[in-house]
Amino acid sequence: MTVAVPLSLAEAFDELSRTPDARLIQGGTDLMVEINFNHVKPANVIALRRIKELRTWHVNSNNTITIGSGVPYQEMETGQLKELLPALAEAARTVGSPQIRAAGTLGGNLGTCSPAGDGLPVLFALDAIVHLQSLESSRDLSIHDFMLGVKRNARTANEIITGVTVPVLDGWQGYAKVGVRNAMVISVASACLAVDKKSNSVRIALGAVGPTIIRCRDAESWLVQQFDLSIATSIDPAIALEFGRRVALESKPIDDHRSTADYRRHAVGVLAKRLITRAYPS
Amino acid sequence: MNNSIGNEMYTLHINGQDRPVKDAWVGESLLYVLRERLELPGAKGACEQGECGSCTVIMDGDAVCSCLVMAATAVGADIVTVEGLIENDPSMAVTAQTITSQITDVQQAFIEEGGVQCGFCTPGLIVAVHHLLEKNPEPTELQVKESISGNICRCTGYGRIFAAVEAVVQVRKASR
Ligand SMILES: Cc1cc2nc3c(=O)[nH]c(=O)nc-3n(C[C@H](O)[C@H](O)[C@H](O)COP(=O)(O)OP(=O)(O)OC[C@H]3O[C@@H](n4cnc5c(N)ncnc54)[C@H](O)[C@@H]3O)c2cc1C
Ligand code: FES
Ligand code: FES
Repeated sequence: MTVAVPLSLAEAFDELSRTPDARLIQGGTDLMVEINFNHVKPANVIALRRIKELRTWHVNSNNTITIGSGVPYQEMETGQLKELLPALAEAARTVGSPQIRAAGTLGGNLGTCSPAGDGLPVLFALDAIVHLQSLESSRDLSIHDFMLGVKRNARTANEIITGVTVPVLDGWQGYAKVGVRNAMVISVASACLAVDKKSNSVRIALGAVGPTIIRCRDAESWLVQQFDLSIATSIDPAIALEFGRRVALESKPIDDHRSTADYRRHAVGVLAKRLITRAYPS
Repeated sequence: MNNSIGNEMYTLHINGQDRPVKDAWVGESLLYVLRERLELPGAKGACEQGECGSCTVIMDGDAVCSCLVMAATAVGADIVTVEGLIENDPSMAVTAQTITSQITDVQQAFIEEGGVQCGFCTPGLIVAVHHLLEKNPEPTELQVKESISGNICRCTGYGRIFAAVEAVVQVRKASR
């Protein structure tokens, strides 16, 4: 086994062409568990942690933000990123523990592509663009085309996820998750809601209740017909309740070791109702 | 340029010293390398999956789980273990044998307030608390709770640990 620690993306692509089978590692919070328990034994590893280009983020002129794949969650929890992307900050804060948030990244969340990954519902709600780069080329994929299934994504072996771009929306946004306790839990069910007053639209994306993250398009378009999201300040509790019911109908949960399908369906309905009520207090 | 590390050797920077790691499988976790190869058994291993925090060390200013760091990828990083929280003789490699018997104010407070029972979680908590108080000398109760939410203690019920943290905060405040 070899371990390469490149200092730039260019060096990383050199390494990747030398060892095309290499596993990438960023924070290690997913991959090291696999290695410690002998579930995977990669022949070659390329560590991205010292590549500064991947650890930065910036606001673009078209009011979008590009976040490098190596930015740790702890940086999203506070400061300007929290102000501009409150739902991402809330999701980041629910990840694991401070130790996990100091190491874990969106690049790793996308690389693993678990339906319970807490970064992913935010990226789905914001219609994020995922940036992929290889030695020869680069491409931008919609998050909806990137995540293909449970722990399956559209990345090819010679590509590095360099970052994501998301819009800065005008309107309330937040993230909520159900688990057995507050710290250190993998989601049993989760939801991200984001209002965009400018386009009078609402987006809601669900985690851990289907093979991929689920956008509830029917509930979204139903809600915008009920009231004007761009001027309203509160919501009729009956509409919030019905919104939750409709969101739950669009989930596709299963029974597993963490919970049952019935409970998860119920839980996402409650989360959706709570989120829309936080956006528009009744 | 070839940055690859094979199975021969790499050097980590731990507690202010360069520590060569020889003849090791490069997939080993930092926790394993600290304990089994560098005579630094302070960090404890319980879960090896990031859940318990007993392996917490400081890496480039962040508290992280050393079980989730692939040691060979930590070249160039500044690592501080629980053994490095006090002043050590710079002429000798810090190991379980050479470490001084001196302890930090946080360790002393854990003893005095009864924050140690079986002691397995203690080194990780000591590192996490040092890290917290360095960033935030007067944390609120919620901030203390959140900062050690990744450190599991099965014995104390945490009350004595919060008391120890509070005691350190007060003493440090009085001496500032
Ligand atoms: C105790 C514990 C608690 C956790 N709690 C949560 C939680 O609450 N919510 C949650 O969502 N997750 C949680 N996780 C999982 C994990 O922390 C996240 O998925 C995190 O986002 C992974 O990021 P990383 O940088 O550590 O990934 P790594 O482990 O470094 O990589 C993960 C995968 O992504 C690939 N990869 C990494 N970077 C790139 C890149 N730039 N391009 C292409 N592929 C890449 C790797 O090859 C690997 O397959 C937890 C993990 C632990 C150990
Ligand atoms: S041994 Fe590292 S967190 Fe438990
Ligand atoms: S004192 Fe025993 S686990 Fe904390």
